[in-house]
Amino acid sequence: MSSNGGVIHDIGFRHYDGPRLGRGYLIRSLYVESLRGCYGLGRSAKSKIMPFLLLTVLVAPAVIIAVVAGVTSMKKLPVDYVGYMFALESAIAIFLAAQAPATVSRDLRFRVMPLYLSRPLSRNDYVAAKYGAMSTALFILIAVPQTVLFIGALLAKMSFWPNAKDWAAGLLGALLLSLVLAGIGLLIASITPRRGFGVAAVITVLLLLSLVSGALASLADINGHPDLAGYFALLNPVSLVQGVLHWLVDADVSYPQPPPGTTGGLVFTAAMFVVIAGCYTLLLARYRKVSAS
Amino acid sequence: MMISVENLTKRYGAVTALDGLTFAIEPGVVGLVGANGAGKSTMIKILLGLLPATTGGARVLDLDVATDGPTIRQRVGYMPEHDCLPADMSATEFVLHMARMSGLPLTAARERTADTLRHVGLYEERYRSMGGYSTGMKQRVKLAQALVHDPGMLLLDEPTNGLDPAGRDQMLALLRRIGTEFGIPMLVTSHLLGELEQVCDHIVVVDGGRLLRSTSTADVTSASRILAIEVNERVDDLGRALHAAGLSVHPAGRQIEVELVDDSTYDIVLDTVVQLGVGLHRLERRRHRMAEIFRADPTLDPNGQNLQDSQGAPNGVAQSAAAELQQRWASTAGPGAPGTPHHDQRPDEGRQR
Repeated sequence: MSSNGGVIHDIGFRHYDGPRLGRGYLIRSLYVESLRGCYGLGRSAKSKIMPFLLLTVLVAPAVIIAVVAGVTSMKKLPVDYVGYMFALESAIAIFLAAQAPATVSRDLRFRVMPLYLSRPLSRNDYVAAKYGAMSTALFILIAVPQTVLFIGALLAKMSFWPNAKDWAAGLLGALLLSLVLAGIGLLIASITPRRGFGVAAVITVLLLLSLVSGALASLADINGHPDLAGYFALLNPVSLVQGVLHWLVDADVSYPQPPPGTTGGLVFTAAMFVVIAGCYTLLLARYRKVSAS
Repeated sequence: MMISVENLTKRYGAVTALDGLTFAIEPGVVGLVGANGAGKSTMIKILLGLLPATTGGARVLDLDVATDGPTIRQRVGYMPEHDCLPADMSATEFVLHMARMSGLPLTAARERTADTLRHVGLYEERYRSMGGYSTGMKQRVKLAQALVHDPGMLLLDEPTNGLDPAGRDQMLALLRRIGTEFGIPMLVTSHLLGELEQVCDHIVVVDGGRLLRSTSTADVTSASRILAIEVNERVDDLGRALHAAGLSVHPAGRQIEVELVDDSTYDIVLDTVVQLGVGLHRLERRRHRMAEIFRADPTLDPNGQNLQDSQGAPNGVAQSAAAELQQRWASTAGPGAPGTPHHDQRPDEGRQR
């Protein structure tokens, strides 16, 4: 070695005979690192801009609503917890489009995969950790403003139980939407090592699905097929989750028709689980093909 | 045995990457040499248990690659040939993460990350994003992530790739240090035989997926019976004089090689140099060079022809020129003109026995 600073005292190489933890620890470590990465923590300053900007976009209105509610002593919040999440769905979609490639495309682009695979971590462990990290990042993004609203409601001395119940419904919605969107986003981003392509592809797919399903639902509704109009909401992952929440916690839907009755609710719920499981399975299949070199 | 390979074959469809390799190596610094595409990277992937062998098998640290893949991967460190560093992360963050991915608890991972980066020679720059690193720094980080969990063995794929001569020497010195001082055995691949002979205890040569040689470098590069002499002037006169004194003389560029019979050979050489009054720059026992393993064995597989040629051709020219010079000296044999002895350098200083 040539770059001897002159002041660094070499105490020699020390061997390690402490514990070497197993796969569970590896998955947890990768999960934590990826979750931090979703918010640009432990990355360059530039990587932090986008996620924190979007987090601000989601939290700021909630803070304003909470303050206004407190100052004007409202009896009830002007928005409900589930409705707030869907009102800002585009910001959530942008977060997904920006951070899904940062979570998986990055490892393909910089060819970090061989380093993971040359360690005891398996391909399936990798998928589990990444899916968990992306879902958690989305959940934090959605749940933080909901919690701000809830705290605001309590500070404004609104009644506790109705708010707590709605807040819990909101968190359930946040969880379901996170799982669905994370699956779709990661699946698309895992195909390309290019970050830019990943961002564009995720946005395009979400936008197209929303446009097509919205247009079809409106057409069906105008032409007198309300049930069909309800089912067209299945095509859009966001309205899919909205439909499930309508059935489960009586949330408002932004589509002309909600899922028809119990059958509709069951169909939407089943479809949602198929999407989550399907994305996960396809991700596993995708990562079986990723080269170890 | 650190690595033992038994009749190992790997085919990708119609392409045979490895063809019936069998060898076994003791722990130490081991070089795996071959041209690009000789099957070195395939071999490493099989040893890591990431790629199944088509036929045959291999054992790493007495573990079977086919069944004990996860255990092997916990105990070895792997440095790939290609870039594998995320540009938006600092070396510290990255190596810390990789240490945890090898199962080290957070505190131990932090400590060992700092230690390891220092050992590979990364100081202040380790807090900067790796996107701005030079190739030399990147190679050091790649080595650090393989070394951080104190592996039982290192698999290093072309660690000197892309480095300038100075960086190459530093990397080789570092590898030698890891192998001897740190006591971590390793398998190092390279397409350059010359650089591996400096650091390796054992060399495995593959070409076109076949085994050419598996030898200890000590065998090959042990001191030979050749004495190399370098003087500041009148090389030809010295050659003639030594020939006249009864030594077997071969010119070798600006040096002269004489066959070492016994200790009296040294005396004859020194006396002759003093008589001629020339300055003696060097007097040393030649070591064999690894390149000779290619020339030494004429029964090499025809697949090895290109390797043999690339090493052998310049030597062929040199040898015929040498033979010519030798004849000239023999014909004009006679004592060189005596002159005043002067001592550019004390002859004994260059003397190595």
